[in-house]
Amino acid sequence: MSAQQLQVAEPRPARVRISLIDRLRGRDPAVAPWLFLAPFLLLFAVFGVYPIAFSFYMSLHDWDPVQGLASARFVGLDNYLFVLADEWFHQSLISTAWLAVASGVPQHLVAIPLACFIDSRLRRTRDWLAALYFLPYVTSTVAIAIMFTALLSRDFGMVNLMVESIARLPVVGTLMPAGPIDWLNDPDRIRPAVSMVVFWRFVGFNTLLYLAALQGIPRELYEAARLDGASAWQRFWHVTLPMLRPVAFFAVTLSIIGGMQLFEEPFVLSGGRGGPDQAVMTTAIYLYRSAFEFSDFGAASAMSWILVLLMALLSALVTRWLGNRGDR
Amino acid sequence: MRSAMPSPHAPFCKRFHKAMPSHGRRRVLGILGASAASVSVASLARAQSAAAPLDIAAYPALDQILRDTRPRWQSIAPGFDIRLVAREFGDHHSALTAAMAARKGLPDLMAVEFGFLARFAASGALADLSTLPGVAELSTGVVPYAIAQCRLAGGLYALPVDIGPGVSFIRADLLERARITEQQVLSSWEGFVEAGRLLRAADGPYLLPHARDLKDAIIRSAIEPGDGLYFDAKGRPRLDSERFRLAFRLAREVRRHDLDARVSAWSNDWAEGLRRGRIATLLMGAWFGGHLANWLAPATAGRWRTGELPGGARASWGGSFYAIAAHSPRREQAWAMLRLLAGDPALQLDAFRRHDAFPALQTAHQDPFFEEAMPFFGGQRARRLWREIALAIPPVGVHRLDPLAEEIVNAELDRVLIRGKDPERAIEDAARVLERRAERVRG
Repeated sequence: MSAQQLQVAEPRPARVRISLIDRLRGRDPAVAPWLFLAPFLLLFAVFGVYPIAFSFYMSLHDWDPVQGLASARFVGLDNYLFVLADEWFHQSLISTAWLAVASGVPQHLVAIPLACFIDSRLRRTRDWLAALYFLPYVTSTVAIAIMFTALLSRDFGMVNLMVESIARLPVVGTLMPAGPIDWLNDPDRIRPAVSMVVFWRFVGFNTLLYLAALQGIPRELYEAARLDGASAWQRFWHVTLPMLRPVAFFAVTLSIIGGMQLFEEPFVLSGGRGGPDQAVMTTAIYLYRSAFEFSDFGAASAMSWILVLLMALLSALVTRWLGNRGDR
Repeated sequence: MRSAMPSPHAPFCKRFHKAMPSHGRRRVLGILGASAASVSVASLARAQSAAAPLDIAAYPALDQILRDTRPRWQSIAPGFDIRLVAREFGDHHSALTAAMAARKGLPDLMAVEFGFLARFAASGALADLSTLPGVAELSTGVVPYAIAQCRLAGGLYALPVDIGPGVSFIRADLLERARITEQQVLSSWEGFVEAGRLLRAADGPYLLPHARDLKDAIIRSAIEPGDGLYFDAKGRPRLDSERFRLAFRLAREVRRHDLDARVSAWSNDWAEGLRRGRIATLLMGAWFGGHLANWLAPATAGRWRTGELPGGARASWGGSFYAIAAHSPRREQAWAMLRLLAGDPALQLDAFRRHDAFPALQTAHQDPFFEEAMPFFGGQRARRLWREIALAIPPVGVHRLDPLAEEIVNAELDRVLIRGKDPERAIEDAARVLERRAERVRG
C-alpha cells in the first residue's frame, strides 16, 4: 500500500453541525458575510433590482398608470417598435447627444490642464481651490438652474448686461451681438446655455479626479524625462497623459453616462417643457414626460431600455479606446 | 379578584380537555388565540380608521383655502380633523398618478386640475358622485360649463370650486399713447393683430407676451358643441378645424411682425415685462386679475382695463375641481367636505377675495362684491363683466390625451414661429402625430 493510498484511507474529521439559531447569530463562517450584507442586499433588491425588473416588464406592456396595474396589457415588442419610429424620440436623442458632447468634452479639456496647473503651481492653495471647484457639484441642481435662469434672462439678466457693456468697448465691442441674446427662448441659444451650466457644474468634479490622479504619478518619471531633455510639453504628453489614462477612462465613462441621463438642468432651464422647438428635450426628459404627463409608461420604459443599451454601447467603445490600451 | 361563578363555557372546556391530547390542545388554542388576536387587531384598525382624519391633497393656492376652511369644517364635524397633503402643482398630480397606479395611498378627497380630469375620471379610482344625496341641487348652482366638464362617461366624477373664464387684460395707457382704442383691439382676432402692428409702429410695447398665447386663446374659442379642445366627442383628433388654421396663421403674423415679446408665462422676463409696460395685453383666465393687482404689477394700478376676448370669443382657462376616492373609508366625511368647498358661496367668495379663485357657484356671483368698482382696472366693474362672460361659456369636452395633444400642437407651432414652417403643413403633421398616439390608446 502506497503512502498516497494510506492518506486517502484516513478517516475524515467529523463535520461540526451548527444549529440554525447559531447560523443566524453569525457563528457559521459561511453565513456571517451574507448576514452582514443582508441589509444592503435587501435594500438593493427592493429599490434597485425590483424597479429595473418592473421597468422591463412594463416595456412589454401597454399601461396607463392611473388605471391600476391590472389594466396592463401585454404587447410584446410594440413599445420598442413605436419608440424606434417616434420622431420625438429621434429628436430627443439628437438633443441629448448635442448637450452631452457640448458639455462633456470641454469638461475634460479644461479639467486636465487645470488640474496640472493646480498640482504644479498652486501647491499651497491646492486643497482650497479643489474644494472651491467642487462646490457646484455638491450644490442643489435646482438651485443652480434657477440661479442661471435669472442670470440668463434676456431683458434683465446679468449675462446680457455684461455682453451689453462689452459691446460698448471700442474693438472687442464689434464682436458682440447688437441686441440682447435670447438665451432661453431661442433654440439655437438654449443648447449652449444649458451646456454651459452643465459644464460649470461638473468641471470641478473632473478637476478633482484628475488632481487626485496627478498626485499618484511618481515624481521620478518626471525627473527621468527631464534628465533625458524632455520639454514641459513633452513631459505632459508622454508622461502625464498616459499616466492619467485609467482615471480619464473612469471620468469619461461617468461623463457619457451622465450626459445620456441629463435631466435636471435642461428641465428647470426650459420650464419643464424641453425648450423652444424641443431643443433641450433630452431623452430623460421625454421619458419622464411620456410616463407622467402623457400616461404612456410602456413607451417610457422601452425608451429607458433603449437608452441603457446606448449607454452600454458607448461605454464599450470608450473601454476599447481608453480602457485596455495599457494592457496591449 | 377571581369570580366564584362557574364559567358558561365550562362544559365545553371539560369536553375539550378530555378529547384532545395535550400537544393538540396547545395547537388548537394557539390557532384560536391567533385568530382572536387578528380579529381584535382588525376591529381596532377599523375603529382607528373610522377615527382617522380626513386626508385631503391639494396644490397651491387650494391648500391655503383649505387651511382657511378648517374652522368652518370643525363647526360641521367637531372632533373630526383633516390632514392636508400640500404639494406643488406638478408633484401633486404625479403623486396622485402614482397612488392610482398602486391602488394605494389615494387621499379621501383630492384637488384635480382641469387638464387631468378626464384621465383621472377614466381611472376608476374616483367615486361617481351622481348618486350622492344633495348633488343634484348643488350641481344646478354651479356655472353650467364647469359642471358639464365633470360629467364624463355617464358619471359625475368631480365638482368645480373655481373657474377661469377667458378675458383680456389691456394696458389702457399704452394704447392711448399709440392712439388705439380698446374697440380696435377687441373687435376681432384680425383686429387684435392689426392693433399690435399699430402699437409697434408707434415704437410702442409688444402686443402680447408670446405668439403661443394667441394660438391658445383662439383654439379655446369657437369649439363645436360636444367637441373638446383637441378631440371630438368620439375621441377623434380635431386639429383639422378652422380654429387651428386661424390660430396658426395669426400666430405666425404676430411673430413675423415682431408683435410678441417672446417670453413664456410666469418667467422673470414675462413678469418684468408686465411691470415695466413692455407688454400691452394679456389673454388669460379672469383669476389673473387678482394676481396682477396683488403681486405681479401692483404699481401699474389704474392703467389696466379688462374685457372680453377679441371678437367676443368665449373660452375657458382651466379651473380647479375636487374628487373623492372611490374606495375611501371616509367617503361620508369626504362628501361633507366637498359639499362645503363646492357648495358654500361664502367660502368661495372668501377664496376669491383672498386667493383670486374665481367662484364656480352662481350664488357666490350675486354678492355685492361683484358689483364693486375696481380701482386697479380704472374703476371698471370688472367682476360683473367676468361673471357675465363665465355664464356664456359653452361646455368643452375633455380627453385623457389633452396634455399630449397640447404638447404636439405647441411643438409644431414652434416650428412655424422659429423655423418658418408652413402653418398648414404644421397642422397636418401635428394631426398625424396625434392620430398615431390616439391609435395607440385605442389599441
